[in-house]
Amino acid sequence: MAAALTRGQRSSRQNFETWAWFFMRISGVILFFLALIHMYIMHIENDVTHTTVSFVARRWANPWWKLFDWWLLVLGLLHGGNGLRTIIDDYVKKPFKRSLTKALLYVVGSGLFLLGTITVLTFK
Amino acid sequence: MTTTTVEHTEPTALIKEVDVHLTIKRFNPEVDVRPHWREYDLRLKSSDTVLNALIAVKGTIDGTLSFRRSCAHGVCGSDAMMINGANRLGCVNLISSVGTDLVIEPVRGLPVIKDLVVDMEPFFAQYRSVLPYLIANDDPGYKERYQSPEDRARFDDTTKCILCGACSTSCPVYWANGAYVGPAAIVNAHRFIFDSRDQAASERLDILNQKSGVWRCRTSFNCTEACPRGIKVTQAIEEVKRAILYDRS
Repeated sequence: MAAALTRGQRSSRQNFETWAWFFMRISGVILFFLALIHMYIMHIENDVTHTTVSFVARRWANPWWKLFDWWLLVLGLLHGGNGLRTIIDDYVKKPFKRSLTKALLYVVGSGLFLLGTITVLTFK
Repeated sequence: MTTTTVEHTEPTALIKEVDVHLTIKRFNPEVDVRPHWREYDLRLKSSDTVLNALIAVKGTIDGTLSFRRSCAHGVCGSDAMMINGANRLGCVNLISSVGTDLVIEPVRGLPVIKDLVVDMEPFFAQYRSVLPYLIANDDPGYKERYQSPEDRARFDDTTKCILCGACSTSCPVYWANGAYVGPAAIVNAHRFIFDSRDQAASERLDILNQKSGVWRCRTSFNCTEACPRGIKVTQAIEEVKRAILYDRS
């Protein structure tokens, strides 16, 4: 239950949960625009069946688009990952199962981050 | 200050007698393994409340039906129940406004004791955990602690809570996670956090800054819709979140 702190004792003003919430608010607003622009370019301006290697090469010739996509990757993973972490906290009740599910989430999240970052950095 | 919200109906329509069909989720822990539905038909005035209908069932059809009620006027908060899928007070909703075909269930997220009666103890334990009383250790030197009308208005909305539990038991996070203090506890913390006479805001903010506190809220607004007193519950929760974020004390 919540009242674990003893009266008069102040641990810290803001904690991880505070900043995690704040991050969700900020990244949510940024992702709204990033995802809409991404959606427009990939599905309205261009047909998704034409997104070949040469299409990506033409796009990524401009480093700003690389940066754009990398931010979409990082914010998407962190925002989605934190959302899933919150849901796991709510729905996975057994401590061991919860740790295991979260570990899986972090491993998959880090894997996708590494894979995406390597692709963005080494693409020629 | 607003009173309990009631929908308005044409006065002449209220005198009319109507056939009411009730489908009630029943559970008797001494006999039943799981809850089951029972249907009741009765004739009532359209000005009768849902609580009147339940009392009529208990008095004339099936005396074993259990539900809580006390003041029957939307003040005590005893008879929060799920009526046609929404958490409401049985005593302030007229047949004329909710309809004649009613599905009534106990509120969700709290263990059912019998029929519509749920165990409120987890709810009250969460309420107590946020220190819902004035904490001021200094001697004011006179009989009353003065407060300006502006300072009083800051937390006016959250003083209206009657602890019926309609908000907490409509919250999807509350259903899933028993550790969450729930909207009602946060509303009652808000009532003192923003009270200029109180001196323990930081203690309450620390309690609500834990994993079981305000950060569990996903702003689904179910609580705001469910509140029979019209409290802007989600807004109160967001104000507490912001108070924690901006806290420099």
